[in-house]
Amino acid sequence: MSAVPKPLRCLALLAAVCTLLVLSGCRGVQSVLDPAADQAQAIDHVWWVMVSVCSVLYLAVLVALAWALLRARRRREALAEGTRHDPAWRQALVAWSILVVGLLTWFVVIAFLADQKLHAGHPDLEVRITAKQWWWQVEYLSDDPQQQFVTANELWLPRDRTARIELRSGDVIHSFWVPALTGKEDLIPGYTNALLVTPRRAGAYRGQCGEFCGLQHAHMALDVHVVDDAQFAAWQQRQRLPAPVPSTALAQHGQSVFMGSACLSCHAVRGTVAGSRLGPDLTHLASRRSLAAGALPMQREALDQWLRDPQHYKPGNLMPAVPLSERDRAALADYLMGLQ
Amino acid sequence: MNPDTPAQLAHTWSDRPGLIGWLTTVDHKRVARRYLVTAFVFFLLAGILALLMRTQLAWPELRLIGPDRYNQLFSLHGSAMMFLFAVPIMEAIAVYLVPLMVGARNISFPRLNAFSYWVYLFGGIMIFGAFLLDVGPETGWTGYVPLSGPEYSPGKRTDFWAQMITFTEVAGLCVAVELVATIMTMRAPGMTLARMPLFVWSMLITSLMVIFAMPAVMLASTFLITDRLVGTQFYNAAEGGDPLLWQHLFWFFGHPEVYIIFMPALGIISAIVETFSRRTIFGYTAMVLALVTTGFLAFGLWVHHMFATGLPPMGNSFYTAASMLIALPSGIQIFCWIATLATGRPRLQVPLLFVLGFFALFVLGGMTGVMLAAVPLNVQVHDTYFVVAHFHYVLIGGAVFPLLGGFYYWFPKITGRMLSERLGRWHFWLLFIGFNLTFFPMHYLGLIGMPRRVYTYQEGLGWGPYNLLATIGAYLMAISFVLMIANAWRALRRAPTAEADPWAAPDLAWAVASPPPAYNFAWTPVVESRHPLWADANGEPRQTLPVLTGVREDRREVLLSSPVDAHPTSRWAMPDPTIWPLWAALSLSVLFVWSIFDQWGVVWGAIPVAITLTAWFWPKPSEPSLGEP
Repeated sequence: MSAVPKPLRCLALLAAVCTLLVLSGCRGVQSVLDPAADQAQAIDHVWWVMVSVCSVLYLAVLVALAWALLRARRRREALAEGTRHDPAWRQALVAWSILVVGLLTWFVVIAFLADQKLHAGHPDLEVRITAKQWWWQVEYLSDDPQQQFVTANELWLPRDRTARIELRSGDVIHSFWVPALTGKEDLIPGYTNALLVTPRRAGAYRGQCGEFCGLQHAHMALDVHVVDDAQFAAWQQRQRLPAPVPSTALAQHGQSVFMGSACLSCHAVRGTVAGSRLGPDLTHLASRRSLAAGALPMQREALDQWLRDPQHYKPGNLMPAVPLSERDRAALADYLMGLQ
Repeated sequence: MNPDTPAQLAHTWSDRPGLIGWLTTVDHKRVARRYLVTAFVFFLLAGILALLMRTQLAWPELRLIGPDRYNQLFSLHGSAMMFLFAVPIMEAIAVYLVPLMVGARNISFPRLNAFSYWVYLFGGIMIFGAFLLDVGPETGWTGYVPLSGPEYSPGKRTDFWAQMITFTEVAGLCVAVELVATIMTMRAPGMTLARMPLFVWSMLITSLMVIFAMPAVMLASTFLITDRLVGTQFYNAAEGGDPLLWQHLFWFFGHPEVYIIFMPALGIISAIVETFSRRTIFGYTAMVLALVTTGFLAFGLWVHHMFATGLPPMGNSFYTAASMLIALPSGIQIFCWIATLATGRPRLQVPLLFVLGFFALFVLGGMTGVMLAAVPLNVQVHDTYFVVAHFHYVLIGGAVFPLLGGFYYWFPKITGRMLSERLGRWHFWLLFIGFNLTFFPMHYLGLIGMPRRVYTYQEGLGWGPYNLLATIGAYLMAISFVLMIANAWRALRRAPTAEADPWAAPDLAWAVASPPPAYNFAWTPVVESRHPLWADANGEPRQTLPVLTGVREDRREVLLSSPVDAHPTSRWAMPDPTIWPLWAALSLSVLFVWSIFDQWGVVWGAIPVAITLTAWFWPKPSEPSLGEP
């Protein structure tokens, strides 16, 4: 019987570790516990209610179990009791059931109300995200075609404005998930889904594909920036412009390498002849935070390595290694790094 | 009573000697034993796959295993654990124990039982063979289309996977039918429904659930196979099909599936708690109603796996309520077990230790399950490591811990040898600590953003330490299973010494010798209470068991009884051993595998199947002497 308290000690330790973990700064660029938008905040509320109540209930069950074992240990004789013979136990069972049903009802109600909040609000802007193996195409929609533009693997949102994010898939099922903003929603071929997000805190966040989508599901991240209105307007203004013309000789050579090789059969650089939508739009590539849907940081060296062999960092991705001379590759990297 | 009866019965119920006997046996115990061993081997293999995955994830950006192999690892790990381990091993325990618990000499449809084992074995060998040949499944155990469709999963990998489901469906359905028939028609006289052991109740409901749930996945996987093989477009959105159809069909099966795994565990817990508390279960009626309620509710909550797919919010709320409601029957059962322990005289031996482990783990998993039922929380943590933690707490905590308790509990019955308590305790504590070390940090990993099914993750996200912890825990778990195998190995090398009833248990399985003779019961037992081997509700052993004679000894005869009151109704001649179930399973396997490569395999492959089934069902002249007992 010496083993009785052991599991309890272990569990107490676990509970303590759990509490510590949860309390000790849950800061992270991709954390559910650090909400930065109304929607994530509403969910966070549900989380805290449920985790608190459930933890108390969990500990209560363990205490009851320990009590049962200790009580029974002191007994010499068992009582011949069944439900019929022991009204106290029977009443306790009824009370327990009522408690469980009551708590569950409460949970259902708060979950329902929070869910309503996720779907309420009028959008100030519309963004269409199309997920593809293994990157995100991001289109800023507008009634005026001149105002529309396309980017990839990054999402900028103005603070305190509600954005409607339309979700589509270009191939298999993916899931759009930026924990700091809201819960995930799938992008399913043949369906158009949508989310509303109202960011309240400026900052850089990270999202990642939430539904297994094949070989590079692990490297399908989305960089999210929440900025104030002025910054957002400036960013939009910049994004609408065609790609900057290369200034140095090396970069000009890089451009001709780009236009003369396999690059342009998949990628678009607005303002040039490259217009394919198969791969990510590269018009303002260098202004982004990362490369290849979050696989590498946006640095010249990383870009150079990526161009050398895209299959090394992201095996299975759809970009082939294009054989280029050292000089051509360096020129190409220069050109791409100039696409601010 | 004739003292020669046991000898006569031993002759009547004996198998042919040697290999032929091994291949032709229809004895439920022999078939169940090989089912158990096979399922355990698949468990170990799938566990090794998990260790490989944990090794790859120990550190950010490790490059031990590439994405292609990793995807196969987790797909086969999940598929094998669900289809080749969890469901079959629960059914195997039932195949062994249900006839003993209801006082029958064999399972009903014993040839079908043998057939189901062979089909299961061949299906398992096929999928692991495919994995070794680099054609293992690659789209997760849930096989979502269009990722698993012809366009995004070219080659034969997904076909092998889909066909493995067909194998396990056939095997699972056969066993479910046998169990329902055994429980409904072969109970010992006097064992009314209200006197049935709770384990038998749980298996009755599980089997009915299998019968209702399996057709949905059969439809889903057949649509997938035809989409891939003959160009139907069930799931192709571009051609008017619907990728969500797969998810509805799959989860209409998939959610009941987890209760199909969990429900037998509830029965095991009730058996262990009752025996080791030395008193009858508190609230038997409430327990049975809780089982039945769980069985019904399990079919009404599949949509909680699909909250992120953009279904209408109002509809989602219904499934939230239904999913949460399932906590009520679970809560009632937890209460009743604690009440039983509190009012009994518990002996803290290894089987009960595992049940206590179940409480600590399953209740936690249940709590996270309630959280996952809430749509807003679900869409945050769905498909993250939070969910991985949740379902391992409910599946390992809720099903594997009771199963291991059952292993220590019934090992003496099945083998006639006792296991070492000391090694058993080591096994328990290592597993318990290793398990929590592995899976507890995963809750937090999910909350800080780690999605499931990723072969690696980047530095700087803060996921490294928790993953390392999980990997260490996984190795501890592996070591604990080495101890378990050593324990069993040690015991098996000794001579059988276990008594018929080493734990002073209440049900009929312990009325027969350990291991039981081929005929199980020399005389049909008569049941007068819920605890036929106890004199009273306090676990006082009873000296004699009333029996019934009149069932023939010179042929394989069993007594049938009425479904509710278990009044004896007639005697029934059980079939003899035969090789035909093996040939039938073999030819069916050829058909299944052939059809992966060529649709004409279905046509030509059906010919040997028809021949073997005809031979199997060929009528024999029967003696006209069957009458009222």
